[in-house]
Amino acid sequence: MIRYLLRRTVLLLVSLFVASVLIFLLLRLLPGDVATTIGGLRATPGQLATIRANLGLDRPLTAQYGSWLVGVLHGDFGRSQLTGVSVTAELDRKLQVTAPLVGGGIVVALLLAVPFGILAALRHRSGLGGGISAIAQLGIAVPTFWLGLVLVLLFAVELRVLPAQGFPVDGWQSPGVALRSLILPWLALGLSEGAVLLRFVRSAVLDVLSADYLRTARAKGRTRIGALLTHGLRNAALPVTSVLGLQIAGLIVGAVVVEQVFALPGVGTMLLSDVGNRDLVKVQGEVLVISAAVLVISFLIDITHRAIDPRLREAG
Amino acid sequence: MTLLEITDLTVRIGGKTVVDGVSFALEAGERLGMIGESGSGKSLTALAAIGLLPEEATVTGSVRLHGRELLGLPDRALAKIRGEQLAMVFQEPMTALNPLMRIGKQLAEPLRLHRGLSRGAARARAIELADKVGLPDPDRIVRAFPHQLSGGQRQRVGIAIALACEPAVLIADEPTTALDVTVQAEILALLRDLVDEQGASLLFITHDLAVLSSVVSGLVVLADGKLVERTDIAALAHGRHDPHTAELLRAARAAAFPTPGDPDAGS
Amino acid sequence: MTVLRALWHKPTGIFGMVVLLGLVLASVVSWMWTPFDPTATDPDHAWLLPFANGHLLGTDRLGHDQFSQLLAGSRETLLTAILAMLIAGVVGILLALAATVTPRWIGATVVQLIDILIAFPVLLLAMILAAVYGGSTTTAVVAIGIGFGVNVARVARGEINAVRGTDYVLAAQACGASTGRIVRRHLLPNIAPTLIVQLSLTMALAVLAEAALTYLGYGTSPNTPSWGGMLAEQQAYLAARPLLVIWPGLAVVVTVLGLNLLGDALREATDPRLRDVS
Repeated sequence: MIRYLLRRTVLLLVSLFVASVLIFLLLRLLPGDVATTIGGLRATPGQLATIRANLGLDRPLTAQYGSWLVGVLHGDFGRSQLTGVSVTAELDRKLQVTAPLVGGGIVVALLLAVPFGILAALRHRSGLGGGISAIAQLGIAVPTFWLGLVLVLLFAVELRVLPAQGFPVDGWQSPGVALRSLILPWLALGLSEGAVLLRFVRSAVLDVLSADYLRTARAKGRTRIGALLTHGLRNAALPVTSVLGLQIAGLIVGAVVVEQVFALPGVGTMLLSDVGNRDLVKVQGEVLVISAAVLVISFLIDITHRAIDPRLREAG
Repeated sequence: MTLLEITDLTVRIGGKTVVDGVSFALEAGERLGMIGESGSGKSLTALAAIGLLPEEATVTGSVRLHGRELLGLPDRALAKIRGEQLAMVFQEPMTALNPLMRIGKQLAEPLRLHRGLSRGAARARAIELADKVGLPDPDRIVRAFPHQLSGGQRQRVGIAIALACEPAVLIADEPTTALDVTVQAEILALLRDLVDEQGASLLFITHDLAVLSSVVSGLVVLADGKLVERTDIAALAHGRHDPHTAELLRAARAAAFPTPGDPDAGS
Repeated sequence: MTVLRALWHKPTGIFGMVVLLGLVLASVVSWMWTPFDPTATDPDHAWLLPFANGHLLGTDRLGHDQFSQLLAGSRETLLTAILAMLIAGVVGILLALAATVTPRWIGATVVQLIDILIAFPVLLLAMILAAVYGGSTTTAVVAIGIGFGVNVARVARGEINAVRGTDYVLAAQACGASTGRIVRRHLLPNIAPTLIVQLSLTMALAVLAEAALTYLGYGTSPNTPSWGGMLAEQQAYLAARPLLVIWPGLAVVVTVLGLNLLGDALREATDPRLRDVS
């Protein structure tokens, strides 16, 4: 297990490194540069050159990448080319919105997918199971942002119980308002992802229900549900956690979209405007953080898998 | 005394009748074989008796254990009976055990369910059981996972699990078919000895007549879902038999004494 | 084709085919005619409710006929779905072949690449491309195609490996058949059913992705009628005229649902059939 942990950690670090290089290079391909944005349309070539030199844009690529990487490893993501503001500080503030958003989204998705997925599998031959499946099928066809709009329509416009958009300016200093601002986004994100997860949970549980070892468990004297709970769930967790790992990327991107719908000042909205402004340094940092989050979560899920399934441990 | 009485058992799956009006009885202490080609409905009859048919199956007829009707009982009531009065050993040792659970825990399970043993007491019993079925190094093996055991060893675990609570009736569904020939004889001997020791009744299902002869005394023959003959091993050598029985006999003889050109000869 | 006949027997298959045909029909019709010009503004007839003045689904703030916009928007949807599906198919097959029929070290590298790229979110790729080349249907389609192509590659690779071990492929190799011949005559035809299912599901995902991208402003330009664009535009007036947001959303839902069900029905129709034949 230790050997695998080491190997997997190395893979994680290599992937992070590769991601950082790819991000850095891709963004250098952007036409139009910050110098023009800062200098304005009437800046002379000489003025633009000075701006570029100040920003270090005239140095060779490897040098630029090197100093950026060193900074990142120290926790310093540099300064915005446009506003000079510290990228780390900005990221920190926006993550206070995005991280709870994504976390809450995962919780809602699991709360929906696990119990209803199991139920749909147990009763798959009846109307209840078929009904749950059908609703899930409908759920995956619904775009997350549209679901958000519909929720706003229902709860903010018609019923007027929740805010339609926005997040308190002082962030979590007003926890009550902050929480209320996140409820609809959590539902939009969680219900969307939950529908996708539900189908996987259902199919994993169905596989387990028809497995031989479950029949053996019942032959020992377990009821159908008892056998599922004691023997089946752990086995079903394996394919479900795999899928969860793959879905994380989609969830994080879904969060970006949800932030747009609900005008939440998170990493996603910041990313979108920075891309528009060609603020390279900020975009680099933001995309790196997002990619790192995806890679770390999938790393954690791999480890969990390994821990749950003893068969994998021998394989080395 | 009749322990298990099956009357007019009919099982339908997807519109097909796979078990058709099968009736027979198993006496106390009796060792009965159920033989037939694959597809003759043997396994399904056994599964119907223990109430573990696939969901899509419909079953009619009667299955009485100690005079009590089993068909139609709710799952909870059946669960009390399974493993305690009526137990089963399955065909595929590779998939019959939970790959994520240690052997000891799976062995201890029927004891904790039916005898209410504590975890420690059940574990001690599990080690005893492992030893009884001939598993090497029982202290260590109870901590192992199924994938670390060989097919023969897993089947021994299966037998230990089934006999843990000393059931009155044991059903063995082709317990040696998936095993190496070299291991088969050991497992058969083990089964026979333990069943004798506990005084249980045995219903042994197989498609191979040669296997039956060393374990059972009487047998029923199934073909196309119907019970075509009830006889005993001794009577097989002479007398007229149902054509299916005759065919099974011929196949067994050919396998034992191969003549060139015989399709059943050779393994 | 017997597959089509099998589809016709399933309610999911029927629904899926109806949706697909409906989409094609709407696209073709809208090319030649729509009740009103979808881009024409008509301030005198703004904010109309459905069925007023011949506007089946009403009009918006500028008097755009919503029904015509919906019809015209179906073109973008269909175009994106088909193009993305084709790109995904080509990318997927090429990557899968690169991972399987090439010398070991190339194959292993490609496999690692696929695994890393699979986790990369498609929308993020599209946004980056849009930032570099400016957002348009093309960047959206290419990004979606490549993004989902990697997923197709993973499935195709599994299938190719399964087919490679079969006796007739081994026999063909023993006879000295070239790799190209084996790929063309044995591998591709046998992975075709699974691929078709994957591609139809990719179409569904492409429609979802394109709607989201256009809504965010990274896809089709606002001047071309599209469902995502309609949603982006009408969001501001949610309180005043909620229906304006409902129509394009429902269109997306029905289309994606139909394509998903079609994919599921195709899977059921092709799976056992092929097992029997081979």
